[in-house]
Amino acid sequence: MNDPKQQPSHWALKFFRWYCHPDYVEDLEGDLHERFDRKRLAGGMRKARWALVKDVFALFRPGIIRPLRINHPFTNTVYMFRNHLKIAWRNLFKNKFFSSINIGGLAAGMLIPMLIGLWIHNELSFNMQYPNQDRIALAMQNQTLNGKIETWYNQARQLEPVLRKNYGHLFDGIVTTPGTWTHAISYGDKKVKQRGSYFGPDIIDMLSINLLQGSQESMEDPNAIFLAASLAASIFGEEDPMDKPLVLGQELAVTVKGVYEDLPKNSEFKNLFFIVPWERYFQNANLEERTGWGNSWFNVFVQIADNVSMEEVSLAIKNAKYDNIEKDYAERNKPAIFLHPMKNWYLRGDFENGQNAGGRIEYVWLFGIIAIFVLLLACINFMNLSTARSEERSKEVGIRKTLGSIRSQLISQFFSESLLITFLAFIISIGLAYLLLPTFNEIANKELQLPWGNPTFWLLGIGFALLTGLIAGSYPSLYLSSFKPVKILKGTFRTGRSARLPRKALVVVQFTVSISLIIGTIFIFRQIQHAKDRPIGYNRDNLIRVPIKDDAIIKHFQTIRADLLNTGMVEEMAGTDSPITSTGVTNGGFDWPGKDPNASNDFTSLRVTYEFGDMVDWEIIAGRDFSRDFASDSTGFILNEAAVEYMGIDDPIGMVMRRGDAVHKIVGVVKNLVTQSPYAPVRQTLFMLHETWLNYINIKLKADAPAHEALTTIEGIFKKYDPANSFDYTFADESYAQKFDDEERIGKLASFFAILAIFISCLGLFGLAAYVAERRKKEIGIRKVLGASILRLCQMLSKDFIKLVLISFVLATPISYFLMNNWLEEFSYRTDLSWWVFALVGILSMVIALTTVVFQALRAALMNPVNAIKSE
Amino acid sequence: MSKHRLGEFEELVLLTVAVLYGEAYGIAIIDEMERRLDRTVSIGSLQTVLRRLEKKGYLASELGEVTKVRGGKRKRFFTVTNLGRKALEITKDQRLDLWNSIPNIAFGD
Repeated sequence: MNDPKQQPSHWALKFFRWYCHPDYVEDLEGDLHERFDRKRLAGGMRKARWALVKDVFALFRPGIIRPLRINHPFTNTVYMFRNHLKIAWRNLFKNKFFSSINIGGLAAGMLIPMLIGLWIHNELSFNMQYPNQDRIALAMQNQTLNGKIETWYNQARQLEPVLRKNYGHLFDGIVTTPGTWTHAISYGDKKVKQRGSYFGPDIIDMLSINLLQGSQESMEDPNAIFLAASLAASIFGEEDPMDKPLVLGQELAVTVKGVYEDLPKNSEFKNLFFIVPWERYFQNANLEERTGWGNSWFNVFVQIADNVSMEEVSLAIKNAKYDNIEKDYAERNKPAIFLHPMKNWYLRGDFENGQNAGGRIEYVWLFGIIAIFVLLLACINFMNLSTARSEERSKEVGIRKTLGSIRSQLISQFFSESLLITFLAFIISIGLAYLLLPTFNEIANKELQLPWGNPTFWLLGIGFALLTGLIAGSYPSLYLSSFKPVKILKGTFRTGRSARLPRKALVVVQFTVSISLIIGTIFIFRQIQHAKDRPIGYNRDNLIRVPIKDDAIIKHFQTIRADLLNTGMVEEMAGTDSPITSTGVTNGGFDWPGKDPNASNDFTSLRVTYEFGDMVDWEIIAGRDFSRDFASDSTGFILNEAAVEYMGIDDPIGMVMRRGDAVHKIVGVVKNLVTQSPYAPVRQTLFMLHETWLNYINIKLKADAPAHEALTTIEGIFKKYDPANSFDYTFADESYAQKFDDEERIGKLASFFAILAIFISCLGLFGLAAYVAERRKKEIGIRKVLGASILRLCQMLSKDFIKLVLISFVLATPISYFLMNNWLEEFSYRTDLSWWVFALVGILSMVIALTTVVFQALRAALMNPVNAIKSE
Repeated sequence: MSKHRLGEFEELVLLTVAVLYGEAYGIAIIDEMERRLDRTVSIGSLQTVLRRLEKKGYLASELGEVTKVRGGKRKRFFTVTNLGRKALEITKDQRLDLWNSIPNIAFGD
């Protein structure tokens, strides 16, 4: 009878047992057996089997099938839940070590997504506070120069009138502005400095500016000034500001005609503390005569009409400039006007080849992904530790099951346990976030705050804790509850390969992420250092820059210089039109022998005084420096190497460049000076002499002069000639260092996250190692008694973990190589992906993992074997 | 009255269980019904009806002894309860009443 060959078909019976109501299983299965045996004796095995399958399906009908939910009227959910909490709480305190690793790791893992979430929210809400933001745009232009498309953020002042005349129906508002900068504002004897700008009247409606006093009509009055409430308060205090006279800068008389609520902090226009009508600037700066279509000096903001889309308008105005300028200029540069929507200004502000090429949005993505990964790491830890400890809990599961717990109760028990832990971790992570936010703000250059009163924040936070708890608790709860009670209680139960494999996989995932993050961080810092170490072609030590605020300084240039040199603390002084560390002025349209007559050209240019070369200590590689001994030098040029290459000439010295009637002789060539982005190639640059078109005085201090004393002395000398304005200065090396701010910030944030990631991973590894050492305590004791050395024991215990870290390293190397290669593509001056960094990180992570594990292994190996063996 | 209404198949099953007194378990019932009534009975329909009748209180059941046959599974023996007997009697009375009320002419020839 028990011959397996004569048994009914196995799967059909299995299926039957699965669906059948538990009360009916036994007798029905017996019936099935009996019918099967009878059929077998009568018609043979095959027929019997077939009949059985038919019977099993015949029984598959309501009345026999088990109900979805079996009601146990005696289960009391509330009491059970209370019991679960109590057991969970006891467990936490019973294993203080594991609990603190578990909760601490999870809290750290939740802290990161919380901070990053706040940061991302802040980034995404930039500029979003303006009600019209979806219809506001910046008019930009693409220029095609020698086949390459350059994208300009600026426009000529002629664009606004053309847009109004030819395309007026497409817009609700158009304003032109020269840009926002700091102005001195005086009221009687009182003087303040604040940033503000000139705009057309449409700006009020465009930005939905809330006028607290005055009316929009006053914007038509060219003598008006509108003040932000904060500025009005700092000038007038309690006094009523309306109709009070103010002086802007040196002599521009204006009258307060309105006060408006300060513009949102987290936006492009946060620094707009006053507005003066554009008309006033137009007259005052004599733009009518001074500027043509070739002077793209201004920003043009537009608000499109309700019934058109950004794309439509952008296409419609493409030729607004092209159609209105001289034919050959239009043909040569092919200026195409297009709109850059406000929602893209901040996050997608980069242009490449005339197309939008992203921008900060990439960092939002990067950090978003890091947040998810870190949370994943923490969840993995939690699952790992819980499953590792499952054998300890398995007796409890066995007893609960024999006492009548059904599986769903066990599942809910372990879920409530993991939820308890996640909520504890959540509370701790909020506390940590509160403590760390100031530091984080400093690194990220933000003013983030925990939105205590915001229900969405709490909803998200608690939802987030719930989700983490469910994800983190799913594996242990579903896995532990599936144990067979008999096997556990008999002691034959062992978590086999199937339980260890996912645990190992989880460790590998963790370390892969951490190692990739570390490699990435190192390359970010290497790239910054690489750019910092770039030879810049001049000496910026002890070099300060003072903005010229009064023409008196230019008039008395030589006297001031003599005074400064007399102090003995100053080595040299020179004037320039742009800061040396950021040259933005360009000049083009030159002609020289051998130039391709159809190609246009464009040079970065810097106007300097005779002393400049000596002051910055540039390296002349051909020809000579500017000299007063040659009268023709006043119109001469000094080129940099890039310019010589750009022009494609062999022997530049003495060559003549012409523009219109002007003739410029090339007197010298200097080594490239990095005056713009340290990551970009050096642009072709012309240095030209000018004694009045100057905006900055640059002063080189003597290396041994005490800086503070020197600065006070210099201030005294400047005050003699310009008593009205304050003396401001910037160190060139500081402003050069500022160019690295963005990358350094990213680097700092990334290293912050990388350290946390490796910390969390190590915590997990530490917990696992401790657990394994604990489990193998007896084995270690016996091995020791039998003569194993401590070294051998450590080796035995750490071998497995080291293998896992090795696999992670093998996985992380190509991943991080690919990602960093992508990141570095953005910089034309970039560091190599040196193999030794990978090797170093590999060794480093191995060392970290080894110390984590060996600490545990050593503790186990050093223990007196007697204690281990005699227990139980 | 109406709550004691039995379906045709239900009535047959109840009667068969009564006939097999003491020996009425799944397969025996099927065999008996097939032999006496000359119809095939599927295990599925029989078992659902048995469980339904038990739930209604017309049948009671108890498990028998473990034997070596049947894969070591016990048999479930059904017996007709008092309520079941009453239901059967009511049905029988109704039928008889109907038979008795048929005028002779009805089956004319």
